[in-house]
Amino acid sequence: MPVSLNSLYFIDRSLITSQLSTAYKTYKKYLYLCCEKQRLLVDFACLRELGSQRQTKPLMPSQAPTNQTTPTDEHVVSFDYPIELACGTVLSSHQLAYETYGELNSERSNAILICHALSGDQHAAGVNEEGQTGWWNHYIGPGKPINTNHFFVVCPNNLGSCFGSTGPNTINPETQRVWGADFPSLEVSDWVASQQYLMEHLNINCWAAVVGGSLGGMQAMHWAVHYPDKLKHAIVIASALKLSAQNIAFNEVARRAIQSDSNFKQGQFLEQKTNPDQGLALARMIGHLTYLSDHALGRKFGRLVHSGDINSAEKEMVEFEVASYLNYQGDKFAGRFDANSYILITQMLDYFDLAANFDEDPAVAFRQAQCKFLVISFSSDWRFSPQCSKLIVDALTAAHRDVSYLNVDSDQGHDAFLLANPRYELALSSYLQRVANSLGDRVE
Amino acid sequence: MKTIGSVVSGWIKPASRVLDLGCGDGALLEHLSKSHNIRGYGLEINHQSINACIARGVNVIDQDLNNGLDNFADQSFDTVLMTQTLQTLRYPHIALDEMLRIGKQCIVTFPNFGHWRTRGVLALKGRMPVTKQLSYQWYDTPNIHFFTYKDFEILCQQRNISIVDKTFIGGLSSDLKLDVVWPNLFSHTAVYNLKK
Repeated sequence: MPVSLNSLYFIDRSLITSQLSTAYKTYKKYLYLCCEKQRLLVDFACLRELGSQRQTKPLMPSQAPTNQTTPTDEHVVSFDYPIELACGTVLSSHQLAYETYGELNSERSNAILICHALSGDQHAAGVNEEGQTGWWNHYIGPGKPINTNHFFVVCPNNLGSCFGSTGPNTINPETQRVWGADFPSLEVSDWVASQQYLMEHLNINCWAAVVGGSLGGMQAMHWAVHYPDKLKHAIVIASALKLSAQNIAFNEVARRAIQSDSNFKQGQFLEQKTNPDQGLALARMIGHLTYLSDHALGRKFGRLVHSGDINSAEKEMVEFEVASYLNYQGDKFAGRFDANSYILITQMLDYFDLAANFDEDPAVAFRQAQCKFLVISFSSDWRFSPQCSKLIVDALTAAHRDVSYLNVDSDQGHDAFLLANPRYELALSSYLQRVANSLGDRVE
Repeated sequence: MKTIGSVVSGWIKPASRVLDLGCGDGALLEHLSKSHNIRGYGLEINHQSINACIARGVNVIDQDLNNGLDNFADQSFDTVLMTQTLQTLRYPHIALDEMLRIGKQCIVTFPNFGHWRTRGVLALKGRMPVTKQLSYQWYDTPNIHFFTYKDFEILCQQRNISIVDKTFIGGLSSDLKLDVVWPNLFSHTAVYNLKK
């Protein structure tokens, strides 16, 4: 049991001198464990592992009731008809794993599509059979901003990812071998096209909203521009019209890290029963670092030493907390993600340019859209900066589209879009409450 | 009774595009969109106000007017509005120029520091006035510029801004119509319709 401040008062006076420092150390350790727990929340990959622990004890104040679990329906659908990808390759069939939360109303008008980002999956909310909590559980569920009492929420694992949907770690039906590096290259348009297959499968004509952060926001924008009559609202969070050179550069460093692992085997590592763990971990460490802010790292780790003695002459034994944390995150990620998927999806991010086919003018692109937009950015996000979101907003106002925008104060960097934040939660719930009110038929 | 809303409504064309600088909780934009079917955006920095706009379905953009309005193209709105905000900006004269660049017409309202009450408090008590319209203490007020109708009109003249129309609100509700005869002394809020 951790020692709390209050219990310190009840320590026998005679023992104070000898035990106070021990108690204080224990208390410090408790505080440290709290920090540790909180910092784990930062990592997207980690959210799943936190499981019910996070559900029962919210670490930050929130309006969302976190004690309610979201019933999770897990599905897999096979589309046995072809999909033509942007690269020209035709997949004769493909499969999507997806989850749904809440109930579709009789008018089939209350469906919200959740678009995951680079390393996301279909398990967005609730606790699944393995006891893992969804990556956006804080925002999706009964009474939460994406309120499953009002909405039927659909979250697919996208094509080319590695959690049950067709991707590099699945079998190519034509060769009966694992796709590996032979999996065709993908673009955001392919993800959206495949999501439209799912939409038809679910017999939904129009999404009440398409919602996504980061790469997910790019999908939401693509939906709005290319399928204007298929959605009423697009919620674009911590996203961009296209990646900056710096962003592409970070992705290239990550890919190079994977490819230079001797176990990568030109992408055929699964066939050769190995895995480029080191390269993938390194790629993730680079990525993860860029999703956090300098301030958040400083606040959480400072110069804390994890092991070794910094005052001793043998400094080679010293490992800083921040190093230990990053190594841990990298290794954990390497155990859950497919290296080919990582390469494929970072390339998708690089290729995305909303205005590419619209005279390089995003306002021209957005003139195709009919839906209303909510755009959100986070002050300390330097990977998808507030400036990137402002460019989206400027293009939307120039295109005379309905848009609301807020830049939320946070020191959590890009990862802020996954984490608890009262202002962000309030804006999202206020916006979606109006969407819910506009639906004719309510789910009781 | 004349209100800012009723005066502004009279100057707005139906189905036009409106940009409201410092839109507060979005009530005016909501009113205009219901009564005149306008399409518009409000700019605001106050968190509660931004959320109030979102909750009522008014387009609101988190943007600080003091950082400029470069992101809006020339003459891209039919009307640019600014109600009770000019006195809070760092450079009101530059904001006015920007409004007239972006909007085909501009409507500005501001509290009158020349009102008899404020004059009275300053002259007789020797203290900075705290009134219903200017309800802050001098040290915590967002209102960092104090000016009168006369000051404003001189500024317009200097910057070649033409005053298309103006209406004065508030003051003594009497048959004497003092606020019409002598607005700079008897009305507390002005609504100006400007063009370049």
